[in-house]
Amino acid sequence: MPVQIPKDSWAGSVRTVTLGATAAEGGTRARSVTVGGQKTLPFMHFEQVTPHRPLVAIEIKDRRPEDWSPLLLDVWGDAMGDPAAWAKAAEQAGADLLVLALSLTGGDGQPTQPQAAVAAAKAVLDASGLPLIVFGPGQAEADNALLVPVAEATKGERIALGICEDKNYRTLVATALANDHRVIARSPMDVNLAKQLNILIHDMGLPLDRILMDPTTGALGYGIEYGYSVMERLRLAALQGDAMTQLPMIVTPGFEAWKAKEAKVGQDVPEAWGNWAERAITWEALTAVTLIESGADIVVLRHPESVRRVRQAIDALMAVPETA
Amino acid sequence: MALSGIQIYKLLPQTNCKDCGFPTCLAFAMKLAAKQVELAACPHVSAEAQAQLAEASEPPVRLISLRSNGFEVKAGNEVVLFRHEKTFYNKPGLFLRVRDSEPVEAIRARVAAADGYHVNYVGRDLSLDGFAVEATGDNPAVFTAAIGAVRQASHRPLILISHNPDLIAAGLRLLDGEHPLICGADASNWEKMGDLAKQHGAALVVCADSLDGLADLATKLKDRGVADLVLDPAARQLGASLLLGTQIRRLALRQNFRPLGYPVIAFPGDAPDPAQEATLAAQAIAKYAGFIVLDHFAAEVMYPLMVLRENIYTDPQKPIQVQPGIYEINNPGPESPVLVTTNFSITYFSVANEVESSGLPAWLIVADAEGMSVLTAWAAGKFDAERIAKSVKGFGIADKVSRKRIVLPGHVAVLSGELEEELPDWEIRVGPREAVDLPAFMKQTL
Ligand code: B12
Ligand code: SF4
Repeated sequence: MPVQIPKDSWAGSVRTVTLGATAAEGGTRARSVTVGGQKTLPFMHFEQVTPHRPLVAIEIKDRRPEDWSPLLLDVWGDAMGDPAAWAKAAEQAGADLLVLALSLTGGDGQPTQPQAAVAAAKAVLDASGLPLIVFGPGQAEADNALLVPVAEATKGERIALGICEDKNYRTLVATALANDHRVIARSPMDVNLAKQLNILIHDMGLPLDRILMDPTTGALGYGIEYGYSVMERLRLAALQGDAMTQLPMIVTPGFEAWKAKEAKVGQDVPEAWGNWAERAITWEALTAVTLIESGADIVVLRHPESVRRVRQAIDALMAVPETA
Repeated sequence: MALSGIQIYKLLPQTNCKDCGFPTCLAFAMKLAAKQVELAACPHVSAEAQAQLAEASEPPVRLISLRSNGFEVKAGNEVVLFRHEKTFYNKPGLFLRVRDSEPVEAIRARVAAADGYHVNYVGRDLSLDGFAVEATGDNPAVFTAAIGAVRQASHRPLILISHNPDLIAAGLRLLDGEHPLICGADASNWEKMGDLAKQHGAALVVCADSLDGLADLATKLKDRGVADLVLDPAARQLGASLLLGTQIRRLALRQNFRPLGYPVIAFPGDAPDPAQEATLAAQAIAKYAGFIVLDHFAAEVMYPLMVLRENIYTDPQKPIQVQPGIYEINNPGPESPVLVTTNFSITYFSVANEVESSGLPAWLIVADAEGMSVLTAWAAGKFDAERIAKSVKGFGIADKVSRKRIVLPGHVAVLSGELEEELPDWEIRVGPREAVDLPAFMKQTL
């Protein structure tokens, strides 16, 4: 019985965004990376070619983080004390690109100084040829104080600056415009809020192919279903032709998963949770793969073993099955 | 699903007699198409029309139910491709597979351990749904010995796997009165398998490596009178299983394509290693499987998979909530602290579990924040000083304590000033941001 397989054909497509500039493009990266470009829902290869695979970014910090899970401290070891060494280790672990997340304070408890942030970013760029994303500490004033000098010192590298939120995007967008960078627009799990922020940023003159959006996610067990559905809705809207949703999506399952007690700690937890290390890695990897299947273009992870598993899953998802 | 209002209208008496409570037959037909009324509300519909409407109103994905000894696992009856469009209804069953080549003692031990596994997630007791027994050879005695070993260790529903009808027949004889799943029918054995399924009231897996082949077999089996089918599209890789699962669901829902209107069974257990098995199982949960067969059982993997299943199958319209009120943890007394949180289940249980396992007594005030987490509720204006004060007064906690101390979640430290104004005779303390740090905070500073 021949079955007619229904194919969706969509009016819209996702834009492509390129991060990182090689020497020929005015930067120093060994290669640049491009995400987006889909004309179908994730991995529906029988309808259209998927031009760019989802990417895995590894999150590193400018200094050894105090509040990360002991499992992460163990696996990265001494490299965590030195952003350059950590960047190299992350590249070794299979990162497609790096996220440098700046800390709010330095080792002395004082606010991180702009020179220190610039030095960390430079050290990472020197140590690794991967394209770079830089996140501020997540507080409006500190973000502006640190990210503007970082953006200036890395002019032309096409880094992505995060995180632009509705109350705090102007300064970051202005410096991205001036220094040939990209920005990440984060909104709290809502299609309309995501669109609104993209419009505001675009209205400042930043072309849409220089914006990634982060619709925010929750970890497995802590709100993943909201992130999952808002990403499916955003991608459907993009394919239906809604221009302000046609941006590649980046999410941070590593940050979310390692905040969850299931991943973070190994003591005083129910016996039914099983082996800590395997549980933690599974928590991060399953959060990430589930979000990739709902439309994520870049996932930011923390543990090398989940990076390996998620990359393996992406390989499998990108392989065009014979049946298709 | 299948018929439009107009199509239904054509089957109605078209007399506009109003006995159904609607002004016209057309109005009633529209309501029927929208599934807002029952056909029974029209007393005049003909038997023939009734049969046609019943056929058309069958769910696009047939409901399959496996039963044994008081246990039931249901799959199917789904109506959407994306959970935000409505919700997903029947959580896919998770089954652990054993093979008859394993020694019976080993089978018994493995099954007993998995059968006894329970884990709590936001107050729900989660466990495995059943077991699959696979024949590796053609010896009925070996196969039935394995099934017997499983049955000694668990009463949960079973899936019997063999393409040899003689083995399946022998296996089914041990499961009298149950509704197991048998796996399965292929191009060479489908008649015998179909007859066995019918005789024993079992559901039957149809195996083929193309949608054409699946539809073909499913149609033949249906014509032979086998109603309860499950599809195995033979996809064992992440890419192929996503594609085929999606195509089957789309055909069933959008085109009401009956030959593929059945739940799908997935076999992540066939993956080369346990890590890939977990990834495949996670995909099967989100992307449309009805039954999931695993080979490895480890708590650290089962727990995340079961949590994912709870999350994906949560109704997007209703956040999971607990009743607002005062919760007593570890027998609190008049000197014990009063903690405040919201009535979002995940939030409540994160806090309650921490305090409970610390052994320290506390009163936990669960404010009505319309089922939202601390920060979400705060951002939405559902967890402010006024609401917290209202809960404190309304629940009468002041009568239970002599020392009036309230601990706020660290994430809403900004509320402490206003709350002091609302509750002048209370001491307002700001707790840590994460519940994990609560026990240490309580020991050191309360
Ligand atoms: C899931 C989610 C949603 C879901 C709602 C889920 C729900 N039922 O609550 C949806 C998508 C509906 C949603 C909506 C919104 N959201 Co929302 N959402 C989230 C998300 C991703 C996770 C929240 C969560 O479930 N956390 C898990 C629970 C367990 O955490 P919790 O309640 O805080 O509890 C922890 C601690 O607070 C502590 N704790 C709890 N109680 C107590 C008590 C004491 C005494 C102590 C000491 C500790 C303690 O223990 C718990 C575990 O550590 C967060 C971002 C994130 N990743 O965290 C954003 C977030 C909370 N949302 C946010 C916003 C702005 C919104 C909206 C207002 C957006 C909008 N304008 O529409 C709406 C508001 C809702 C509305 N208007 O109806 C913001 C809040 C920003 C801020 N700082 O104020 C966040 C932080 C996202 C962001 N970065 O912008 N959201
Ligand atoms: S009761 Fe039946 S016949 Fe009468 S108006 Fe309603 S639908 Fe029409």
